[in-house]
Amino acid sequence: MTLPPTELVEPGHVACQGCGAALSMRLLLKGLGPNAMLVVPACCWAVIPGSMPGTCLGVPTVFSPFEATAAMASGVKAALRRRGREDVHVVGFAGDGGTADIGIQALSGAAERGEDIIYVCYDNEAYMNTGIQRSGATPPGAWTNTTVGQLQKTTMKKDMPAIMAAHGIPYVATLNPSFPEDFVAKAQKAARIRGMRYLHILADCPTGWKHDPSLMVKVGRLATQSNVWPLYEVEDGRWRLTRVPQKPVPVPEYLREQGRFSDLSPEAVASIQAAVDMKWEELKRRAAAVREVPRSDAIAEVRR
Amino acid sequence: MVRELLSGNQAVAEAVRLARAQVIAAYPITPQTTIIERLAELVGSGELEADYITVESEHSAMAACVAASLAGARTFTATSSQGLLLMHELLHWTSGQRTPVVMANVNRAVAPPWNIWADHSDSMAQRDTGWIQMYAETNQEALDATLFAYRVAEDRSVMLPAMVMEDAFLLSHTYMPVEVPEASDVDAYLPAYDPPRRLEPGEMQLFGSFSPPDLAYMEFRRDIARAMEDAHAKMAEAAKRFERVFGRRFPGPLEEYRTDGADVVLIASGSIAATARDAVDELRRSGLKAGLVRLFVFRPFPTDEIRRIAERFPLIGVVDRAYSSGSGGPLATESKAAIMGMRDPPRVESFIAGLGGRDVRPEDLVAIVRRMVKGGGDHEQWVGLKGVT
Repeated sequence: MTLPPTELVEPGHVACQGCGAALSMRLLLKGLGPNAMLVVPACCWAVIPGSMPGTCLGVPTVFSPFEATAAMASGVKAALRRRGREDVHVVGFAGDGGTADIGIQALSGAAERGEDIIYVCYDNEAYMNTGIQRSGATPPGAWTNTTVGQLQKTTMKKDMPAIMAAHGIPYVATLNPSFPEDFVAKAQKAARIRGMRYLHILADCPTGWKHDPSLMVKVGRLATQSNVWPLYEVEDGRWRLTRVPQKPVPVPEYLREQGRFSDLSPEAVASIQAAVDMKWEELKRRAAAVREVPRSDAIAEVRR
Repeated sequence: MVRELLSGNQAVAEAVRLARAQVIAAYPITPQTTIIERLAELVGSGELEADYITVESEHSAMAACVAASLAGARTFTATSSQGLLLMHELLHWTSGQRTPVVMANVNRAVAPPWNIWADHSDSMAQRDTGWIQMYAETNQEALDATLFAYRVAEDRSVMLPAMVMEDAFLLSHTYMPVEVPEASDVDAYLPAYDPPRRLEPGEMQLFGSFSPPDLAYMEFRRDIARAMEDAHAKMAEAAKRFERVFGRRFPGPLEEYRTDGADVVLIASGSIAATARDAVDELRRSGLKAGLVRLFVFRPFPTDEIRRIAERFPLIGVVDRAYSSGSGGPLATESKAAIMGMRDPPRVESFIAGLGGRDVRPEDLVAIVRRMVKGGGDHEQWVGLKGVT
C-alpha cells in the first residue's frame, strides 16, 4: 500500500523535533481526507498549529476546554446534521491526560450515546505540554516530574482501548505512526464506519521519553515489536491483531532507548516484561475467540 | 395568540419550540427537569425539529451548545443550582467564543445543606462570565424573555450568550395564564440564526487558538466589554420590536411600580418583586408613600437607570435573594457602586431575604419599609431569620 499523497498538515508548525503527535496528525488526516473537522482540547496540539491567526492545519479546528472534547465534538456533529452535512468527519483529538483522566467522563458519555464521531487519543504517556507530569496513561516504571518518591510510576497504565471497547462501540483500534500503512488503513476504516469510533495512538515524545529526537520512528517500532504497544482493532466486538511479531523483541530493548526508564532495577524490568507478556496472551485469547457482541447502536438499526 | 395555563417551565419550553432551537443539550436537575422533559417530548413528536443531546453532565451540556453554536445552530439548554455551578468554566467559554447560546436557569439554592428552593446565589455567582442575565417575575415573562434573549444574543453587534432566570417552584412549577404567541409572529421577530462566521467544512479555520500576551487576548476581552455595552441599546430596540410584533409590553431593565411621589422605594428582582407589589399597595393604603423598582436585567447592569432612580428617591431598600459571602447582597452592592460619586446620594439599606426558599410575605416587606422610614442603618439586615430578631 502507498500512503495517500494528501497533505493536510502544512510546514511551519511549532512541534518539537521528532514529535510523534505531529506525525500522527499528518497520517490521520491522510487517512480521513479534507472533509474532517477537529476538536482539540488543552494538549500539545493546542499549541502545535501556531498562535492565532495562523494554522498549519488544512481542516477547520475548534479548541475546547480540557475535559470537554467529546461533548464539543457531539455538538459540532449535531449542528452539522441540522445543516444537512452528514458527510463531515467530526474528530476529537486529545492527549492521554485529556482522554484517560479529565476527559473520560465526556468521552464515556458520548460513547454511550453512540455519537457519530471519531475520537482520537494521541498517547505520549504523560502531561507533556505542561512539562512531563504523570497521567493515568503513564506506564509502570516510567519517570515523570510528579511520580513522587520512587521517581517511577508503580501503578498500571489505564487501558483506554479496552475501556472504550467495553462500551460496545463499532470500532476501536490502536495505532502507531512507526507503522504508517497500518495507521492510515485504520484511519480510512474509521472514516467508513458510522457511530462512535475510537483510535488510540502511541505518540512518542522525545522530550518526555528522554531520547534523541532522531530515534522517534525507531522507538515506536520497538514498542510494537516488543508487544509493549500491540496493534489491534475491535470491530463490532470482534478483536483482531493487525500485526503479529514473528519473534517479539525483548522489552528491555525498548526500555533501554529511553531515559525515562533508566533507573529501573532488573526486578522492575522483569516485572514489566511479565506484565507485557500477560497482556499479549490475553489479547491473543480475545482475538482468537470469535464472538458476537451487541453494538450500542444495534437497537437503532433494528428499529430502522 | 392563545391564552393557556402554563407553569414557568412549560412557558420556557413553549418559547424554545417557537424559537425553533436546532440543538438542545441538557442534563436533568430539579427543578429544571420539566423544561427538558417537555422539550424531549416536542422533539420526539416532531413539533420541534431539533437534535436533542442527552449529555452526561451540565459541563458537557454547555460544551455541546458552544460547539453547536459555532457550527451554526441555534442552541438551548436549561439548568439550575449545582448544574449551573458545574457549567461555570463553560460559561466563560461561551462568551469568549461569542456564541449566543440561550439558557434557562431555574434559580435554586446552592448546597450544602441540600436545598432545592428559590435562591439567586447560583446565577449571581456567574455575574462575571460575560452572560446577559434577566430575571423573570411571571411565567409570561419567562416565555417572553426567552424569545427576547435569542433576539438580543444573536444580534451581530452583541453575539453574547443570554440567561433567563425563573425562581424555583414559585415560577417553575406554579401555573399562571400565559399568552403564547403565534409561530408566524415569532418567525417575524426571530430570523433564522445567521452568525457572521461559523465552522465550515473544508476551510482553514481556528476557533479559540492561543494568544500570547502581546497578540490579541486583551483586545478580545475589550470587544466583549463593548458588546455588553452595546447590549443596552440593542435590548431597548429589541423590546420596542417585541411590543410591535406581539402587541404586548416588554419590560425595560428597570420597571417602576407606584413610585409617583414616593418617599421610599424597594429594589427587588424575580418573584420577590411580585410580593413587593402587594407590600407597596398595603403601605400606600396605610398612607406611607412607598414604591417599587423592579430590576429585570442584571447583566449588563443598568448603572445609568439606577443613578436616575437614586436622584429621585432619598431612601432605597434593596432586597437580595442571594448573599455574596464576605461582601453582602449582590444587587445592593452593585446598586451602591452605581450611585458612587453622586452629589446627594440616597440612603441605601440592604436586605437579605428568602434564601433557600424561605418564604417572603408582603408583611415582611411592609415591616422592613416601616423600619427604614423610622431610621435604620445601611448595614445588611437579614429578614425572617428563625429564632433571631
